[in-house]
Amino acid sequence: MNGKPIVSASSGIKTPSLFARIADNDLFYSFIRSPLTVAAAVVTLVIFAAALCAPLISPQNPFDPATLNLMEGFTPPMAPNAFTGNVFWLGTDAQGRDIFSAILYGSRVSLLVGFAAVGFAAVLGITLGLVSGYVGGWVDSLIMRIADVQLSFPAILIALLIFGVFKGIVPPSVQDKVAIYVLIAAIGLSDWVQYARTVRSSTLAEKNKEYVQAARVIGVPAPVILLRHILPNVMGPVLVIATIGLALAIILESTLSFLGVGVPPTQPSLGTLIRVGQDFLFSGEWWIVLFPGLTLLALALAVNLLGDWLRDALNPKLR
Amino acid sequence: MTAFIRTPPATLPVTPAAPLLRVENLKCAFDVSRPFLNRVLERQPRRFLKAVDGVSFEIARGETFALVGESGCGKSTVARLIVGLYESTDGRIVFDGQDVGQIRSGAQMQALRRRFQMIFQDPYASLNPRWRVDRIIAEPIRVFRLIDDSTAIQARVAALLTLVGLSPADGHKFPHEFSGGQRQRICIARALANNPEFLVCDEPTSALDVSVQAQILNLMKDLQDELGLTYLFISHDLAVVRHMANRIGVMYLGRIVEIAASRSLFEDPRHPYTRMLLATIPDISMTGTREETVRGEVPNPITPPPGCTFHPRCPLANERCKREAPALAEVSPGQFAACHAIGEGRAHGGAIQR
Repeated sequence: MNGKPIVSASSGIKTPSLFARIADNDLFYSFIRSPLTVAAAVVTLVIFAAALCAPLISPQNPFDPATLNLMEGFTPPMAPNAFTGNVFWLGTDAQGRDIFSAILYGSRVSLLVGFAAVGFAAVLGITLGLVSGYVGGWVDSLIMRIADVQLSFPAILIALLIFGVFKGIVPPSVQDKVAIYVLIAAIGLSDWVQYARTVRSSTLAEKNKEYVQAARVIGVPAPVILLRHILPNVMGPVLVIATIGLALAIILESTLSFLGVGVPPTQPSLGTLIRVGQDFLFSGEWWIVLFPGLTLLALALAVNLLGDWLRDALNPKLR
Repeated sequence: MTAFIRTPPATLPVTPAAPLLRVENLKCAFDVSRPFLNRVLERQPRRFLKAVDGVSFEIARGETFALVGESGCGKSTVARLIVGLYESTDGRIVFDGQDVGQIRSGAQMQALRRRFQMIFQDPYASLNPRWRVDRIIAEPIRVFRLIDDSTAIQARVAALLTLVGLSPADGHKFPHEFSGGQRQRICIARALANNPEFLVCDEPTSALDVSVQAQILNLMKDLQDELGLTYLFISHDLAVVRHMANRIGVMYLGRIVEIAASRSLFEDPRHPYTRMLLATIPDISMTGTREETVRGEVPNPITPPPGCTFHPRCPLANERCKREAPALAEVSPGQFAACHAIGEGRAHGGAIQR
C-alpha cells in the first residue's frame, strides 16, 4: 500500500449548515408538501403552547374558588352576564367558571397524562420487545404470550381493572393525590403490547444482520449491543406508534375521566369537563360540553394526522 | 541489541510447524425440530441439521487457508464456530495452543478475541447504518480498551482508513455514502483495528462487482504481507480461492472431502467432487470442447445419504460407498482426500487436462 487514498469518496465538499440540511431533508420536503399535515402540526402546536402557558394566558384560574362568582353561572358564550356584565368567550359553567380557562387547564392534564402514559408504555414495550427478540427461546414465548393474552382484552377494560384494584388497595385519603400517576400507569400498561410486538419483530430482523455479529465477535455484551446497535435501528416504527399512541392515550384518559375513574375533580382534564358538561346538555347549556369536546376532537385528530403522515413519510415503499 | 531481540527466547517451544489454529473433529448440529406441541401431537422425532460434521484442519501462521464448496456445505458455519458466533456441538478449536472451549473466564476470552477478527460477506449489512464510519472503526479499539485517549483513537482510525485506501475525512460519513467496495474497505479497517493476527473472511468479495473484487483481494494480500496476517478464507468462487489461498479444503455436506496445497489441488484434484467443481470453471482455451457440468444437487443435510454423502452424485460410486463413510487419507504428500475409489485404485489419477 502506498498510503494514498485511491478510492476515497469526495472529501473536499464542505458540510452544509444545519438549516440547509433540514431544508434539504426528505422528511421536511414531504412535510411541507402536505398542507393537511402542516395544518395538523399548527393545531397541535397551538394546543401544546396554550396548555403549557395556561397560567399566563387564561383569564382566570378556574380551580381557585376565590376567583369564581356564582352569579356568573351559565353565562352563554360571547354574551354579557346579566348581573356583572362580564363577557366570557366560551361561556361559563354552573359555578361561573370560565370554560376557556377550564379547557386550557384541562388540556394540560390531558397532555401530561398522554405524554407520560406513552413514555411509560414505550419504555416498557421497547425493553420487553428488545429482550424478547434478542434472547428468543422461552423468554420470548413468555413475553409474547402475556402480550397475546393482554391484547385479547380491550385497553379500556385493563385500565379500568387496574384502577379498580388501585381503589381497593389505596386508602381514600391519598387516592386523589396519586390518582394521576395510577392513571398514567394504567394507560401505559394497557398500551405497551404494540411497542413490544413491533420492536420484537424489528429486533429479530436486525439481530441477524452482520453488523450485530461483528459486535458479537469482539465480545460486546448483549445489553450494549441492544442499546447502541439495535435500538437506534428499530426506533423508526416506534416513533410512528408513539405519535398515534399519544392521540389514543389522550382519548383513553378522557374516556376514563368521563367514566369517573380518571383524575379527581380538583384537577379536571378534558374528559372530566365533558362529563360535567353533559349533565347540562338537555337543559340548553350546550357550550359547557361542546367546547371541551371540540378541543379534544381537534387535539386527537391533529396528532393522529401527524402520526399518519409520519408513518407514510418513514415508509420507503410509499415514497 | 537488534540481534538480541530477534533471537527467539529459548523458553518458547519453537516448533516450525506449530499451527496458529487447529480445528479437531468440529461438529455443529442445529435443532430444526418442529415446536414441542407439534412434535407430540404429530409424533415426530427431534430433527437435527448437521451443518458441520467432523471437520479437522490446521492453519499455519501467515498462510491463507481456504474452504470452498457449494452453498449449504457448512463452510460459513465453520467460520462462525471459530469466531464464537455459534456453539459447537462437539470437537475442539485450538487457537495458538489454547483450547477455546476450555476458557471459562471472560477476561481470558476477551484477551483471545482481541487476536482474531472477522470480515463478513455483505458490506451493506455489516456496517451499522446509524453509526458514522469513525465510530464503527473505533468500536474494537474501545471494546478492547487499546487506546484511552480520544484524539489518539481518532489518529488511529485515520491511519486505518489510509491503510485500506480511504481518506481520513471519510470517517465523518455514514456507511450509505459509500459504494460496496468502499464499504468492504471500511469492514477491513474495522477488522484490523484491534491488531488481530488471524482474520476469518466469510466470502468477503462475493457481494461485489468482479472489478471491485480484484481490488479488495489485492488489498487483503498486501495487508497480509505488511502485517503478517493469517487468513481463513471462505468462498465458493474457485478463481478467487486460487488467487488467495496457500492451502485449500474442499467441503461437501459438512465434511472436508479433500485438503491440499492450492497448486496441487488445481493441478491434480483427486476427489471426484473436487474434479467436478474444477471442471465447471469456464476456460478460454477450452472453446469447442464439451464442458462437464455439475451433476445432481446437494442432498438435504437433515437426511444425508448413508455412507459417503457424495455417492448419489459420484460417477465412481459402488456398493461400499453407499455403506461406509470414507475417512481423509493421504493420497500424495500433503494431499488428503476422503474417497474409497482413490484407495481402491478405481479413480484414475493424474491431472485433468485444463
